[in-house]
Amino acid sequence: TSGQCCSMQPGWGRCTQAAGTRQAPGLGESLVSLPLNCSGHQEPSCSHCVGQRGKITDIHYTIAIREWKKKKFKNIHCLSVLIFLCLNSQGVRKSYREVIDVSWGDPHRAGVKPLSFVRQVLAACLYPQLMDGDKLMVDVKQRAQRLLKTCAGGSVGKTSGIPQIIQSVSEYILRRDGGIPCHPENIYITPGSQWALTNILKVLVNSEASPRTGVLIPVPCHSTTIVSLTALGAVAVPYYLSEERGWALEVETLQQALDSAKGVCNPVALYIINPGNPAGYVQSRKCIQEVIHFAAEKKLFLLADEVYQDCVYGKESEFVSYKRALAEIGAPLSDTVELASFHTASKGLMGECGLRTGYVELVNLDPAVMKYINNLFSTNSCPVLGQVALDVMVNPPQPGDPSYPLYLKTQHIRASLAENVRRVEEVINSFPSFSCQSLEGGAFAFPRVFLPPKAIEKAKAGLQPDTFYCMRLLEEAGVLFSPGTEYGQMEGTYHISFCIMTPTDTMEEILKRLSTFHKQFMREFA
Amino acid sequence: MSATRVQLISPRTLRLLSPGRSALFLPGGGGPHRGGGVPGFRSLIFPSLSSSFSSPGRALSSLSTTRRGLPKTKMSDNGTMTRGKVLTIDNMNPTVKKVEYAVRGPIVQRAVELEKELSEGRKKPFAEVIKANIGDAQAMGQQPITFFRQVLALCSYPELLSDSTFPEDAKSRACRILNSCGGNSMGAYSASQGIGSVRQDVARYIERRDGGVPCEPDNIYLTTGASDGIVTMLKLLVCGEGATRTGVMISIPQYPLYSAALAELSAVQINYYLNEEKCWSLDIGELQRALDEARLHCNPRALCIINPGNPTGQVQSRECIEDVIRFAAKERLFLMADEVYQDNVYAEGCQFHSFKKVLFEMGPEYSETVELASFHSTSKCYMGECGFRGGYMEIINMDDDVKDQLTKLLSVRLCSPVPGQALMDLVVNPPQPGEPSYERFIKERTATLSALAEKARLTEQVLNTVEGIRCNPVQGAMYSFPRITIPEKAIQEAKKLGQQPDMFYCMKMLEETGICLVPGSGFGQREGTYHFRMTILPPTDKLKILLNNVKEFHQRFTQQYS
Repeated sequence: TSGQCCSMQPGWGRCTQAAGTRQAPGLGESLVSLPLNCSGHQEPSCSHCVGQRGKITDIHYTIAIREWKKKKFKNIHCLSVLIFLCLNSQGVRKSYREVIDVSWGDPHRAGVKPLSFVRQVLAACLYPQLMDGDKLMVDVKQRAQRLLKTCAGGSVGKTSGIPQIIQSVSEYILRRDGGIPCHPENIYITPGSQWALTNILKVLVNSEASPRTGVLIPVPCHSTTIVSLTALGAVAVPYYLSEERGWALEVETLQQALDSAKGVCNPVALYIINPGNPAGYVQSRKCIQEVIHFAAEKKLFLLADEVYQDCVYGKESEFVSYKRALAEIGAPLSDTVELASFHTASKGLMGECGLRTGYVELVNLDPAVMKYINNLFSTNSCPVLGQVALDVMVNPPQPGDPSYPLYLKTQHIRASLAENVRRVEEVINSFPSFSCQSLEGGAFAFPRVFLPPKAIEKAKAGLQPDTFYCMRLLEEAGVLFSPGTEYGQMEGTYHISFCIMTPTDTMEEILKRLSTFHKQFMREFA
Repeated sequence: MSATRVQLISPRTLRLLSPGRSALFLPGGGGPHRGGGVPGFRSLIFPSLSSSFSSPGRALSSLSTTRRGLPKTKMSDNGTMTRGKVLTIDNMNPTVKKVEYAVRGPIVQRAVELEKELSEGRKKPFAEVIKANIGDAQAMGQQPITFFRQVLALCSYPELLSDSTFPEDAKSRACRILNSCGGNSMGAYSASQGIGSVRQDVARYIERRDGGVPCEPDNIYLTTGASDGIVTMLKLLVCGEGATRTGVMISIPQYPLYSAALAELSAVQINYYLNEEKCWSLDIGELQRALDEARLHCNPRALCIINPGNPTGQVQSRECIEDVIRFAAKERLFLMADEVYQDNVYAEGCQFHSFKKVLFEMGPEYSETVELASFHSTSKCYMGECGFRGGYMEIINMDDDVKDQLTKLLSVRLCSPVPGQALMDLVVNPPQPGEPSYERFIKERTATLSALAEKARLTEQVLNTVEGIRCNPVQGAMYSFPRITIPEKAIQEAKKLGQQPDMFYCMKMLEETGICLVPGSGFGQREGTYHFRMTILPPTDKLKILLNNVKEFHQRFTQQYS
């Protein structure tokens, strides 16, 4: 029977919505009269629509139309397609003019401006003629020239990225970790940190082993990693973060997770997200040390997702890298515990997600294994522009550089983030039916919502209650959040998740729409 | 089953449609939740998917969730912790060990070392290392297309839009691209299938290329270079165990991306040999032979074709493509057409025919049934922009359910690099007559392509003057793949070193001349024959010297070992 306990199957499975159930009533009522095929904006390939729809694909569109025809709305993204169509058509009126999509950790989409220095260097690398004039600062030109020398314009990087940029990354890590040595040959640059994670998982997960390979993952956890794991035939073994204690990781829960895996799979790795995503925690040095001791004792490979390392707001919080904590513990652990740490140009204050560049640093790996890892990484090349952005990220303008005053604007982004954090905590916690743990880092808020039993009952006819809530929020207030269901949560608890990396006025608008909607929703189901 | 059509597409919907954590996690553990009785939990038991192919007429009708079967290697309970490591050579994923990538193999590693030694002032018999191993055009001095770079610079730093030195058409193109980006920034994620307006432009391009054969933007997927698309498609195709394990037919010589991906996926590689005597043409009899033999031990499901050929440089005739399509239809194989060199055709009388066009011209019997994936990228042709990792694939006749799964697979990497998508858009939609940048664009493109044609002729001509080297015409692509005669003594010497004879040859050439080539053994070749792959990309004057050095080296080598 132990096999039945296991909720993951090898390979790609279908995650289906419970079939044949009724949809929760009260959804999509405003859309029923949507005049399809009337305004010229309804075709899936209409460039106007496609451009505006953002993450929505034509397949969403197809399903959306299918759902619309059946008057059954189950998918929040399809619903957002319909709402988009609605906003563009003459027939239906909404109380809002556009949907604010904060379901993704995508600062530029949410209205944060790219850093000028990064973009100037990119432009100069792309079109070196720009360096002839006086439009660009001297340090921009110098940086671009230095980088161009290393990469010959648009050429494929070397096996693991452009050597000089890897060197810059290793120097950055060295500075970050207070001088703990960092070897460039242990760093691989990839098209995004998820790509690097997938590669490391590929090495760890023995698809032919029985019992199957297990990886401990936190709850809540963003889903991309879980999808990667499942795709490789591994079992995701959940450990639950303690919400009441600010989403703290308690070592006992790791032990419980290991116990739960007995007879099901063979756990080889422990995946940690710090700072958290979607919960906004930042782990303390003490916590990290405990986790490392646990990993050492239980022979687990550490996978540290540290992509939000630059996003720490908590007054008492400090980002400590797993690598640093490991080194500070000293021998024998510091020489034995295997660790992969991931970082990216997509997050942080730069937010260049679209360039697709991240890296992994490997610590204490068996040299015999490193040989194959090197082979594996050498089959993919990483986009050069992303590597350029990475170089700027790890090596930003310094005081005294001509671009430094402009670069200081990142501090403005930091300040507006701090303001957002304050406002989110203030507004959300002013409702007794919400509870938001203190936001210390990362890019998301993940407040718990106490839904009235009537709402839960109504939703459960066809949807998870928090999905129902988010879909109603989308339809009625034009704000796109993610339901906690998508990340995993304790049974019987419900959450909503949204990105807090937005301009402050956008965040005010979001909170305003949310508050109005929430009051009304709670009244309706009181 | 048909009632529960899969609706998941992006990572977001994926989360959404998986009803709760019961679907994603192993139940129990720290949580109080038990799986039994929850509807979402049942969905994860996957009601016999492998037997529910929704359209049995398709080679690829649904993802198999066949269990991986019994372990081939059992992990020992206590022996895994050699030197205290969790991850050891003994317990790592065995399929990863099989991955090899010749284009960046030991020769290239040695070349890098030699470059370093040269820069440190060490004396060598050559002044510089010439990397003729990889099709990286711009590293070889090919100039980028000005218009493309202008638009991309504008997209990167839109403040430049007020700069009067940029042509108006570049500006309007940049605005159009930025308008399709989230937050008007190339730094935002796009949909995982790619930016809608770009896919639309790609579809229009394909229609023009194929003389009006219709193309749906829905069938276009923007990828991280063509290789991302190829690997993803293979991932979708491979399933089964033992004698039912998926077999994939690839040409020999082949581009090592295919063998590496198949090794990683533990798929069965089915080799069919191209006919070197007939200018590396594809012979249906050989396809049949390879397939019949393979059927005894695996389940062949896909046929990969590289046209124009890499590393062999042949361009397939229309007739040959028709034969291949008929063969695929008869044998129910999924066709994968790697057409990244579609603009690189030099030989007179040769013309590029896309598989899609030929398929549709063969009538509905074929055009409505044969499943085809065609790949293109921004890395080759006259653009040579390898560093942007732009590419697309067009998928034809694929089952809708499988398409959903494909989008899910692609969603793991979130999206392909947005600047690469923007560049792809420019490639399929270059300046038009009457626009300010048109003349310059045509001039630059023609210059690059005619230089390549000239270098293709030159390479063939010079190599064929060397006794012991025989080179087929380089009809297309960017490489020559000449056959070399290696003296018996050298073969023995190589064996002593545990090297392939052509690896030995290329390593020696590198040490003596600084020329970096890839041995034929990295691509596969008929037993007892030896080759190397050399790009035709170096500038003409440099190429002449290079060819001459190859010539002299070969003569020296032959003399030394005869």
